[in-house]
Amino acid sequence: MPDEIKSPSASPAGEPKPTADQPAVSGGVKAADSGSVPSDSTVPAANAPSAKSEVPAKAASAAPATPPAAKPAAAAKAPVPTPVAWNSPMVAKLTSSYGSGIEPLTYAGQNYMVVDRSLIPELLQVLRNEEGFDYCVDITAVHYLQREKQFDVIWVLYSFARNERIRVKTQIRDGETLPTSVPIWTGANWLEREVYDMFGIKFDGHPDMKRILLPDGWKGHPLRKDYGILQQDNEWVQINLGIESGQ
Amino acid sequence: MIDPNSSLSHLDLETPEKPFLDANELVINMGPQHPATHGVLRVILRLDGEKVLGLECVIGYLHRGVEKIGEHRTYTMFNPYVDRMDYVAAVSNGLGYCETVEKLLNVEAPPRAQHVRVILTELNRIASHQLWLGTHALDIGAITPLFYTFRDREEILKIYEKYCGARLTTHAFRIGGLQYETYSGFEKEVKNFLTFFRPKIDEYEELLTTNRIWVERTKNVGIISGKDCIALGVTGPVLRASGVKWDLRKAQPYANYKNFDFDIPIGQNGDTYDRYLVRVAEMRQSVRIIEQAVEALPEGPIMAKVPKVMKPAAGEVYHSIEAPKGELGYFIVSDGSTQPYRVRVRPPSFVNLQALDVMCRGQLVADVIAVIGTLDIVLGEVDR
Repeated sequence: MPDEIKSPSASPAGEPKPTADQPAVSGGVKAADSGSVPSDSTVPAANAPSAKSEVPAKAASAAPATPPAAKPAAAAKAPVPTPVAWNSPMVAKLTSSYGSGIEPLTYAGQNYMVVDRSLIPELLQVLRNEEGFDYCVDITAVHYLQREKQFDVIWVLYSFARNERIRVKTQIRDGETLPTSVPIWTGANWLEREVYDMFGIKFDGHPDMKRILLPDGWKGHPLRKDYGILQQDNEWVQINLGIESGQ
Repeated sequence: MIDPNSSLSHLDLETPEKPFLDANELVINMGPQHPATHGVLRVILRLDGEKVLGLECVIGYLHRGVEKIGEHRTYTMFNPYVDRMDYVAAVSNGLGYCETVEKLLNVEAPPRAQHVRVILTELNRIASHQLWLGTHALDIGAITPLFYTFRDREEILKIYEKYCGARLTTHAFRIGGLQYETYSGFEKEVKNFLTFFRPKIDEYEELLTTNRIWVERTKNVGIISGKDCIALGVTGPVLRASGVKWDLRKAQPYANYKNFDFDIPIGQNGDTYDRYLVRVAEMRQSVRIIEQAVEALPEGPIMAKVPKVMKPAAGEVYHSIEAPKGELGYFIVSDGSTQPYRVRVRPPSFVNLQALDVMCRGQLVADVIAVIGTLDIVLGEVDR
């Protein structure tokens, strides 16, 4: 199995790691100089790092995909992995047409791109029709309360032809909507409804934009970080039993 | 922007078929308290006489907010919760979760642990398929297979009980490996089970495969093409019965599946009968895998070196496994603290259930029961 892209910190233990997200037949997909970073360029685990920061593309000198088995598996602290640039012919093609709107990265051997909201759904359409990502595995979101653009919305895509899995991530503000991807993948229907149900992110043009798991009359969107885990319980007890909740 | 021609217009879910009788459309409720919906699934059927024009699923009755709970528990504490999603395949759920956190922590379970994991997970696949077969046949009207499959499933549950003390929600794996060494005689008991179980599969097949009623009730019922499966994101035996040879154990091997020799059974017609054949064939393949794994069970440690207090480096990882029902994925975001910042579960049942509408159009009401059964959904996983 080609191992062009390795977790940058691939510790020896990581070498025979289950390569579930490692493309098996993608030999031609990625250039060999993709961002493998020599393990010395990483930070020790102790400094709980703000590793989300995008590390600039390290022109990683052709560090072979598998670093030498130097440290024993039981090394006390594995180096902290950080996202590195993801290079491949597909990415080169996409960045040449969309420029700085796309930031392709690799983390723990998994490829993803952070894209500008304005490129959705055009980019998704291109990925499906031209790059063969015909299977929309999942659509989900993450809420960051402190950020100005509060939500990450993530599409997990898979291509049967290339046996490759990637993620597309975009950031939006609270109250902002996204165009639906149901015309691209029919299966996005329920996934988008769940994102709406849990985060309150609406998808324009969705055929049936309503709650899916929670009842229609539910207040709030539970997976937002400002939705307290006991809030619903306290409210229910207060209204229906007229007492303070014991929780 | 979006090219309407490229969207799968043959799956246009909005336009119902033209009624073949000029009668009033009848809307009826099936469930949520209906024995054949395998839990609490409510289906709103639009009928023309006996014929289904379309349907809508109403789900969420078993919603427990697993993903929200995950944000309020440490990585270790959340581990048993995942067993409660697909409770008939709890071991698979645990495997997916543990491997995802291991990816975040950048550790790997030792070889012996990996082997035991494969054995228990494949036993679980057999148990899950047995439960499916028994209840699915019962829905259609054949009572005997239920007794046969439950009788044999018991043997698997006994192995689980001896291994970890639990039969259903096993919490068999830990992040980094296993908590318990196998009990003495484990290998022998697993081998005995395989010898015992192999002829039992023939027994199931004797009861059903050429049974006239079974064939009539399942052939050409609930057909879905491979193309539609992919468009809808349907995975697992349903996808394979439609002729797509795709199994994550082969496509992107996890655990140590790449060391084992097995085939991916596929069907041709994508109907209920083919899905039955595929799942029965999968039980045979699971037997093959377990046999090899027990034979080659290495000695050694069962737990990797993982910190007592787990604080994975900030980052996000998506990892998925081939659960008995399809692709089970976990997307975990770590912020460097002891609790996951976000846990997302990509449940196979939830996504597969979306295909129910497509599969039931033009069928009879009685076939809806067969199609719900053949999708092999577990509502605990659909609703989470």
